Amino acid sequence: MSGWANYIVFIIATGGFYALLALSLNLIWGGAGMVNLGLAGFFALGAYASALLTVSAGAPIVAGFVGALVVGAVGGYVVTMSTTRLRGDYLAIVTLGFAETIRLIANNEIWLTRGSDGISGIPGPFRAALGGWFNAAYAAGTVALVVLVWFLLRRLDLSPYGRALRAVREDQQVAQVAGKRILRFKIEAFAISAAIAALAGALYGHFNSYVAPDVFQPLITIYIFLAVAAGGVGRAAGAVLGAYLVIFFLEATRFAAAAIPDLSPVQHAAIREMLVGLALVLVLRWRPQGLLPEHIPPAPRPASTS
Amino acid sequence: MDTVLQAALNGLVSGTILALPAIGFTAMFAVLRYPNFAVAAFATLGAYGGWMANAWLGWPVVAALVAAFALAGLVGACIERVALEPLRPAGPLTVAIAAIALNVVIENILRFSFGNDLRGYDLPLARDVHFAGLRIAPQQIENLALALAVMAALFGFLAFTRIGKAMRATADNPDLARLKGIEPRRVELLAVLVGAGLCGVGGMLLGLDTSVDPLTGFRVVLSVFAAAVVGGLGSIPGAVAGALVIGLAEELATLAVAPTYKSAVGFVAILLVLTLRPRGLLGERAY
Repeated sequence: MSGWANYIVFIIATGGFYALLALSLNLIWGGAGMVNLGLAGFFALGAYASALLTVSAGAPIVAGFVGALVVGAVGGYVVTMSTTRLRGDYLAIVTLGFAETIRLIANNEIWLTRGSDGISGIPGPFRAALGGWFNAAYAAGTVALVVLVWFLLRRLDLSPYGRALRAVREDQQVAQVAGKRILRFKIEAFAISAAIAALAGALYGHFNSYVAPDVFQPLITIYIFLAVAAGGVGRAAGAVLGAYLVIFFLEATRFAAAAIPDLSPVQHAAIREMLVGLALVLVLRWRPQGLLPEHIPPAPRPASTS
Repeated sequence: MDTVLQAALNGLVSGTILALPAIGFTAMFAVLRYPNFAVAAFATLGAYGGWMANAWLGWPVVAALVAAFALAGLVGACIERVALEPLRPAGPLTVAIAAIALNVVIENILRFSFGNDLRGYDLPLARDVHFAGLRIAPQQIENLALALAVMAALFGFLAFTRIGKAMRATADNPDLARLKGIEPRRVELLAVLVGAGLCGVGGMLLGLDTSVDPLTGFRVVLSVFAAAVVGGLGSIPGAVAGALVIGLAEELATLAVAPTYKSAVGFVAILLVLTLRPRGLLGERAY
């Protein structure tokens, strides 16, 4: 395939990974009003889990994906366990620390993760059989998976479970008085969300065949917050749209920054990251409902007796 | 034995410096009721502010410290008024997310202006002081003294001045404070000014100890959060106690695990405290 086609395929696949991360964040932020500032950590956790299972332990790729889902869910469970009874601020701090700790471990446990060299040679499904078409097929598979996860989350959202979750978001006390076990709802939602983020990580690793600690910068978390906020907090479709918008924004600013003369590469990178941060603040301020606002159906009226 | 004592001494020194940004973070939380995650950027701003005053203008350390406080404090107050305050109706978590975004913005403005190079203060090199088998650099002693002086000034400000008392009253009970005629917006702005300023002073002292680059603040931010949480989020004496605990734990941990795991100590401390005693050493409540 030509360079441009390859570039487009790469964008579609990367956008898919971001879309999964955005769906993951939307489930807890939009669904239950919790935030995960350590999204990059769960992304890394899944990528490493799958890479280690397939490369170091020689397991099939499917086992890598399942392993990533399990490890992600367990990670999410551990992180929320100590904080669900507390104010949301505490979960925010713990998730930040979690991501940083994952990065430390990835960098320093060289016997396991090969440190900053990263793990290379991660197998891709049917890579040999597909040859030059591998990237395109993988991107299509990623998009299909995004659609599947979106569909499942939408089912969840429309189910009584999703309604209870939103009740927790709106007012914990009221939900509790209505007999909902809010602790369980919050822990479960967070564990599912963490598993989806880990799945995105596994997908990333098998696509690029390489993972390293530097890939999982904390900045990714900011990208995803921007994606969900721009798309519309509480709307799964908005999260997917937002993820592709963020990719477009990142790529557009890459070309725009490179067009400014007399700047060093460090300055180009600084301008782009500055714009991402600024965009998030501006969206939260001027368009908090995002491009696709959440539908909140009106409460059913009691049938009139007259 | 000596290595343990040496680690404890190092821990006390780093804990005392850590106390400044921890107080800043916890004080902003106490008054504004949201975690201002831009503290890393405030600390880095202070480090650059002090460095510019020292290396470019030739100011001595104490004057540079004032510059560090002023730069970080003013930027903190500006972003509070312009960007964060209007978001408050959307809830504390939205404000916290915006603060993280602003942290990225500030960090990258510094990176754009100064690059990623390490900057050092223009100070004479001095030989380490030895006593009782322990070793400490004169710069560390000076930093310790400066940090203690700043803390003493802060406690004096909170205990004896009118506006300091108003700040404590607002932190304690905002409604009652307003009933007493305390203007909440003024107090809030002052809390950010002082809180971000303290982060700046802490960042400069860290820069004196090591070097200044766009990630100077980010490298300690987890320890700062840990100190505030261990001490009890919102409690200023708690932040001091928490910072000493974290400083000691981090240094003592280096005896057992690789020094690169220092910031993981903070994470473990946060998990332990939140599981066993969420309100921390001296805090009030956490739910």
